[in-house]
Order: sequence, then structure tokens, then C-alpha cells
Amino acid sequence: METNEQSNKKRLEVVDSAGSLDETCKTFVFHNEDHTLGNSLRYMVMKNPEVQFCGYSVPHPSESKINFRIQTHGELGTDVLKKGLKDLNSVCEHVLATFQASVQDFKRRDVEMADG
Amino acid sequence: NFRIDMIKMNDDELEFDMVGIDAAIANAFRRILLAEVPTMAIEKVHIYNNTSIIQDEVLAHRLGLIPIKADPRLFEYKSEGEDFSPEDTIIFQLKVKCTKNSQAKDTTDPDEMYKDHKVTTKHLKWIPMKGQDTIFKEGDLRPVNDDILIAKLRPGQEIDIRVFCNKGIGKDHAKFSPVATASYRLLPEIYLKSPVTGALAEKLQSCFSPGVIVIDTENGNKVARVANARKDTCSREVFRHDNLKDLVELKKVRDHFIFSVESTGILPPDILVEEAIKVLMKKCQDFMSDLDT
Repeated sequence: METNEQSNKKRLEVVDSAGSLDETCKTFVFHNEDHTLGNSLRYMVMKNPEVQFCGYSVPHPSESKINFRIQTHGELGTDVLKKGLKDLNSVCEHVLATFQASVQDFKRRDVEMADG
Repeated sequence: NFRIDMIKMNDDELEFDMVGIDAAIANAFRRILLAEVPTMAIEKVHIYNNTSIIQDEVLAHRLGLIPIKADPRLFEYKSEGEDFSPEDTIIFQLKVKCTKNSQAKDTTDPDEMYKDHKVTTKHLKWIPMKGQDTIFKEGDLRPVNDDILIAKLRPGQEIDIRVFCNKGIGKDHAKFSPVATASYRLLPEIYLKSPVTGALAEKLQSCFSPGVIVIDTENGNKVARVANARKDTCSREVFRHDNLKDLVELKKVRDHFIFSVESTGILPPDILVEEAIKVLMKKCQDFMSDLDT
């Protein structure tokens, strides 16, 4: 139980760059993630006009973590990340709804063709 | 600007088009389908007796790869070090003994000479755990296919093992992957820069897969026209011919993805795609809640 909580807490870290007070530039470390989340999240964050720079890297392929860097024109780095995650979540919801509607439609058409 | 069209759907495979999405998200879905949608698969094998010619570890490896038809959404992940419980484990028993068929005379056909010499997935019997027999009926939890050959025996050899299935994801071991494969390709686009007529049109038609280029007859002239670029297999054969290579431009439509998902049979492919999208949503939600704390 205890180890589960500890590893959950460590999933998202922020790289502390010598205690700088600049909140607009941040490097996040996502543990147990790879290009699946990295690239799609990078794409969503880049759509934000406030973002000056956004990129991710996999420091070493044997370690399952990604470094996600965000630099903004003035917004807080964590806010931009939160917005990116929210936008990615809504894209997924939209895709899911469209997919389910399309599957229903196809199954209905199949049944109609079988009956007619 | 965003749509999904189903092309082909049955219990084993699904072909659908996703139009208007970016490659980053389409690739994320493909990667999740391969590696992060959970399934149940044989994880631990307790071997009581194995006198067959197949080594213990080879037998265990083969058992792990057998697809088990159990809805993984009804089970929990098993945590390390904890005992097996009905919420996270399915138990099967494989007990086969090969004997000589005393009635067979003068044949060399092993099917007639021996009884139970082929150990297949049909011999895997589900042993219900406490509480599982109320939720699942006999025959609900079984391997997807009855005819997968596990081992071959000869008279006197027997296999007596008990296997335990757990929930896992493809990232951990490929046996947990719910798809035979999941892939996508971009819709090809063929653009004829100038009209192609006559014998050259016939040659152009032969450079592509059948159905891609169609020849119309206008005023007695044969003119080539792109009928169905989707059927093109992108062999780029046109560029091998000097008289055709400057007339054609081969491109891809950057936001039109033709997905092809083949399921191993555990879950229908349309459910698999839905689960993959839900996995990505859950990742976002988990990190959003991490940020809020």
C-alpha cells in the first residue's frame, strides 16, 4: 500500500533549476511514460498561442521517463501544461463519441441491409 | 472537419478511416492499441508433472502466448507479493496423459495409434475460484481458440500443470497485447500533371494496382483518370519508366488515416479502439489530478 502511494506521487516531477523564480519556463518529468503521451501532449501544448517553446525528449531508452519542456510568453508553465492535458482529454472525448456514433451507424446499416 | 468512417467490421478485424486528426494523436492510439490496452494472459505455471519432450520453460512460454477469452475490464491488476484472489486471477488446469490405442493394428497414423497425443487448448479446464462461479458460467472463461497445439506426447508421457492468469499490458510482455496487429496508412494521392492519352495511358494503368487508374474514351482517344487512389499500394512503379515519371505526382493526404485493427479474439476490435481512447483519457486525467495536488 505504502509503496503504491509513493510511486504515484513520483509520477510527475518538476526539474528544479537552481531555485529560479521564473515560472514561465519549466521542465516536467513524466515517469512511466513514453512517446505515446509525449508527442500527443506536445502537439496539444503547441496549439496554445501563449507557448514560446514546447518539446519533449526521452533521456535514455532504457529508462521509462520523458522530459517535457515548456516556455511561455508570460503564462505559468504549470497552467499551460494543465490546459494541454485538458485539451488532449477533450480531443479524446470527441474522438470517442464520433467513433461510437460511427460504429452504431455502421451496425444499423448492416442490420438494415440484412433485413432488406 | 473531423470524421470517422467504418469501412469493414467483423469479429476479427476492423478497418476504419480517421480524417481530420493529426499524426501525433493517431500514432498515440496505435501505440496504445499495441501496448497499453490490458488483457488477461497466463502468467504463472505450476508444473506438477511434465514427462513430455517439451522442456518446462518452453511449455510455460507457449502457454503464456495463448489468448484467454476473459473480459479484462472485469478483473483487477494483481499486486506483487500478494496472494491470488478471485478478483485478479483465473486458474486453469491442464492434465493430459497419452496412452497407446490397443485397438489400432497395422497403421502408422499417430492419430489412430495413440490416444491424446496432441495437447491442444481444448484440454485447458477452468477451475473456478471462490466467488467466480457466481459471476461466470461454465464455458465463459476459456482460451479463444480450441485448436492451438501446445505439445505433442507419446504413450507414457503426461503433462499435469496448473496455470494462473493475470491482467497485464503489452508494454510488460507482448503476450498481453490484445491485437494481432494495429496499423495505419495515409490515404495516397495521385495527381496527373498533364493528360495521359493513348498507349501511354494503358502503360500508366498497368503501373498501378488494378482499379486505381481507369481509362475513359473521349472522342476516340483513350484518356487516363485516377479513379480510386485508395487501392494504390504505393509501389512507385511509375518512377521506373522515363516516359511516365514526369507526368505523375505521388503524395499522401496528411490527415487521412486508414486504420486496420486485427484482434486476437479476446475483445471485438471496435471495443479495443474505444478502450485505447479511454486509456489515453485516463492518462490525461491522472496527470491533471497530480498537478492539482
